[in-house]
Formats: sequence, C-alpha cells, structure tokens
Amino acid sequence: MSSDVHTHDPAHDHRHGHAHPPHEEASERLSYYQVMEIAVRELLIAKNVFTADDVRRAVEAMDARDPAQGARVVARAWTDPAFKARLLADGRAAVRELGYDMATFHLLVVENTATLHNLIVCTLCSCYPRMLLGLPPDWYKSRAYRSRAVREPRAVLKEFGTVLGDDVELRVHDSTADMRYLVLPERPAGAEGWSEERLAALVSRDSMIGVTRCRV
Amino acid sequence: MSAVEPRFAPGARVRVRRADPPGHIRTPWYIRGHSGEIERVCGAFPNPEELAYNRPGLPAQPLYRVRFRQRELWPDYAGAAADTIEVEIYQHWLEPAR
Repeated sequence: MSSDVHTHDPAHDHRHGHAHPPHEEASERLSYYQVMEIAVRELLIAKNVFTADDVRRAVEAMDARDPAQGARVVARAWTDPAFKARLLADGRAAVRELGYDMATFHLLVVENTATLHNLIVCTLCSCYPRMLLGLPPDWYKSRAYRSRAVREPRAVLKEFGTVLGDDVELRVHDSTADMRYLVLPERPAGAEGWSEERLAALVSRDSMIGVTRCRV
Repeated sequence: MSAVEPRFAPGARVRVRRADPPGHIRTPWYIRGHSGEIERVCGAFPNPEELAYNRPGLPAQPLYRVRFRQRELWPDYAGAAADTIEVEIYQHWLEPAR
C-alpha cells in the first residue's frame, strides 16, 4: 500500500483543504472471501490446473454475454410457434438451436399471459440465467429484492412501474437449485408483422426477469 | 449415476420438513413447515448439500418444483388470492401432506 492511502472518509474535507473522490480500490480492505478467492486461484495456477489466461478468457466470455441473447430467444418464440413449443418443453435443448449453451443447467421458460405473470428471484444467492442474460443487475442480488420479491412481490413490481390487476395470478419463481428461469414476456400489441430482429429490440433484460412488460 | 426413486408425482400434496441443519442448504427458510403441491419433477441431481463439502452427493436426489399459495405462506399477504410461489426442493426435504 502506498503511504497516501486515507483510512477516513475521503469525501470529507480535511487538513489539506480539499475534498477528493473516493479511491475504492485503495481504501477498501479485501473481504475474507476475496482473499480466499485470490489464494485458491493462485494455488490452482501454481499447480497448473489452469493458467491465468484461462481465467482471463473465462471472465471475458462472461462479460461478452448480454440480454440480447435472451431477447433473440424471446423474439424467435414470438414468431415461430413450433420453436416456442420446444422452448417451453425443454428450454436447454431449444436455446441450443440458437447456439446458446446452458452448460449443466436446466432452463425453465415460463410464459406470461393475460392471466398469469411470472417473476424470477433467487432468495438464497443470485442464481440467474447468465448464459442468456449476462451478469445479473445489482438490484437482483440485493437483500431487499431477494426478500421482498417473495414477501410482497406486487409492491416490488409497482416500484418497477408494473401494476397487475387482481384478475392476474402473480407466480414467483424462487430459483434455488439446479434450474435456471427465463420469463417469456407477452408479445406487445402494436408489433404485428414485425421481423424477429425488430421484435428482439423490444425485449428488455427486466422483462425477462419479469419485473416489467414489453411495450412498443 | 445412482439416484433415489421419486416418491411424489405432479399434483401430490407435500409438506416441507421443518428442520434447521447446518451447511449449504438449498431449502429457503420461509417455506419450511409449509405445505404445497408438486408442480413437476425436475429430474435427479447430486445433492448440493453434499457437493458443497466435496462429497459426491450420490445417490442423486429427485428435485421437485413445489407450488405454494402466497396467502398460506404469509397470513397478511397483500396480493391476489390466486398468487403463488414455486420453489425447487429436493426430495429429502419433503414428506407427504394430508
């Protein structure tokens, strides 16, 4: 550590007469699990289980995934009824047709309709269909979302701007184990005859988690 | 892979064991002791409570999706009566419900 690291709140004004922005990297101590991750990773590299470049490439591949992949799956389901049937029956096999590999996970695609709205949460950690949506948003991993999505899901949806009538069943899926979930949103009105590509642009990440609907 | 035979079929009423063992438990606290209905059988998976300790987790445990009524989980639930929650639960956490 360099000698100019401040242990106090760096935003507050002090001896040299100015405030400066926080240096998160320098001022935050590593957590127990961060230290453990580094130690295990360095050991595995030292023992030639994998190389530093393997780790870098895996991170790069993870960062390259984004919700556009899930949106392509949804748009295909909206335009191809046979594909949709296969997707609902066996999600993992169906997305493989589009070149997406779920690795060891099963994929359960749950369809929103006029009378059923699906919402995904992982109360125990942050299980998320990363292969199709990339990394989860920070709010998905927050304790507030993870606890409230099962306890008062309609209030949570309202905060996302989604108000459901009492004639709609809200079904929350707690993704706790070996399945991964993707919401198949309802195809919005006003997009009749659109191409698959144009439809895909309507499909947001949040709509595939179930906190919003798709709109034209 | 050796697997335990599934005990429950879709539609069966089940109760989640009320237990509090230590370890890498995948059964959320808020459904322990509650009853629900088997929505589907997901297949058999090595037990993650064992895998977490570098044990083989075999024989594999049948995994179910169990559907609960929100109003049964939370007496003051503010949403519609039809609202539900589905949770994945391994067979060794389930017992038949009357």
